[in-house]
Amino acid sequence: MNGIPCAREYKVTLCHVCSYVCPDDAHECPRCDSPVHRRKPNSLTRTWAFLIAGLIFYIPANLLPVMYTTMLGSSSENTIMSGVIEFAEGGSWDIAILIFIASVVVPCIKFLVLGLLLVTCQRRSTWAMRERSRLFRFIELIGYWSMLDVLVVALVAALVQFRGLSTIEPRLGILFFGLVVVMTMLAAMTFDPRLIWDAEVEDVR
Amino acid sequence: MTPATPAPMTDISHRQAHASEQPPVPAIAETQTRADQWIICEHCDSVYEAMPLNKGAAAYCLRCAAILRRSHRLSIEQLLALSIAACVLFIFANVFPVISISMQGLHNEVTLWGSVQALAQGQITLIALVAGLAIILAPALQIALLFWVLAHAHRGEIAPGFKMCMRTLEHLRPWSMLEVCLLGILVAIVKLAGMLDVHAGVGLWAMAMLMVLIVLIAGKDIRRLWDELGVGPE
Ligand SMILES: [Zn+2]
Ligand SMILES: [Zn+2]
Repeated sequence: MNGIPCAREYKVTLCHVCSYVCPDDAHECPRCDSPVHRRKPNSLTRTWAFLIAGLIFYIPANLLPVMYTTMLGSSSENTIMSGVIEFAEGGSWDIAILIFIASVVVPCIKFLVLGLLLVTCQRRSTWAMRERSRLFRFIELIGYWSMLDVLVVALVAALVQFRGLSTIEPRLGILFFGLVVVMTMLAAMTFDPRLIWDAEVEDVR
Repeated sequence: MTPATPAPMTDISHRQAHASEQPPVPAIAETQTRADQWIICEHCDSVYEAMPLNKGAAAYCLRCAAILRRSHRLSIEQLLALSIAACVLFIFANVFPVISISMQGLHNEVTLWGSVQALAQGQITLIALVAGLAIILAPALQIALLFWVLAHAHRGEIAPGFKMCMRTLEHLRPWSMLEVCLLGILVAIVKLAGMLDVHAGVGLWAMAMLMVLIVLIAGKDIRRLWDELGVGPE
């Protein structure tokens, strides 16, 4: 310990909704009536559950088509990756990279980082705690940008509705992809970053 | 053990608060009254004693480097004015189409609601609910609740249902995705520009401005109302 005291030593707990300093034994914040916990309840188990659900949904999200296009008689189905490749081949590298980052890189980073945080917290590792804290704040920040592809499909499908000429429809893959984003967001919300630092002190909870 | 003190930060590039001189150890009876001036880091549970910050300054946690607190850039009146502007822009963004296209004499345009509806078909309706929450419902509620609490705060009053409004604002924040929506609109424009005539609609400009306002008014900073209005435990 480097001389910075913990909330525990003063018998206080932070309310995550209004930042009020609550007494240790409170179950409800005296100021805003939200439930308060010294640590989020069952944080590790619940985060694992959301993370694994997200990983499972990620498989159909990539395999199933997200969009169905008919253009002057010919029709095609696109998955997320084939959409990216189409952009790249069409010469719009910037958009291809943007969608690739939002739909592939961001979810994968979230899976990896959350997995790493969960494993290191379970082992009560004191390795790189400050950096792991930073990593957590980073994935909290980037998480929702994965919604990009869902919104693009929604906009494009709503616009291109010319019967007989050209239509675009959303397909099942986009549902799974949206669920991946929701699951990883919930996983990040249920993870308690204070667990990273609990490895420093004995007898937590 | 004594609470460390986050020193006022004037130089943002200097990324940490310094623990300056240590205040005396609080007596047990004193603890709860002094607790009002404490800041607890939500990322690592470190306790600091609050100190006034200079304008534009921020205090960082010494242990985990998270931001503990920022000084307020805007006054309540300014926040209220911005929330009224956001309300108008929100109506514009939803009434007017964000993109319009034409192809061989045919014309079509889409509003935010139209794009949510396009997802609401058969098996995938669930995702329409998520998208509707992210780009319409969450921002709309944020603006309405902010206007409600700020309009009362402006007159020095605590709005009826203040606690519920503030709690709802906290829970809505992660699900409000106007920034992502704006980028999505731009990507859709580029995507379609290859095969048809695409025009940005009035809704897009309203969206762009609305996004900036939401970032300014709907952040964690609004928690200051608890202290400024003196809402305490019963
Ligand atoms: Zn509270
Ligand atoms: Zn901290």
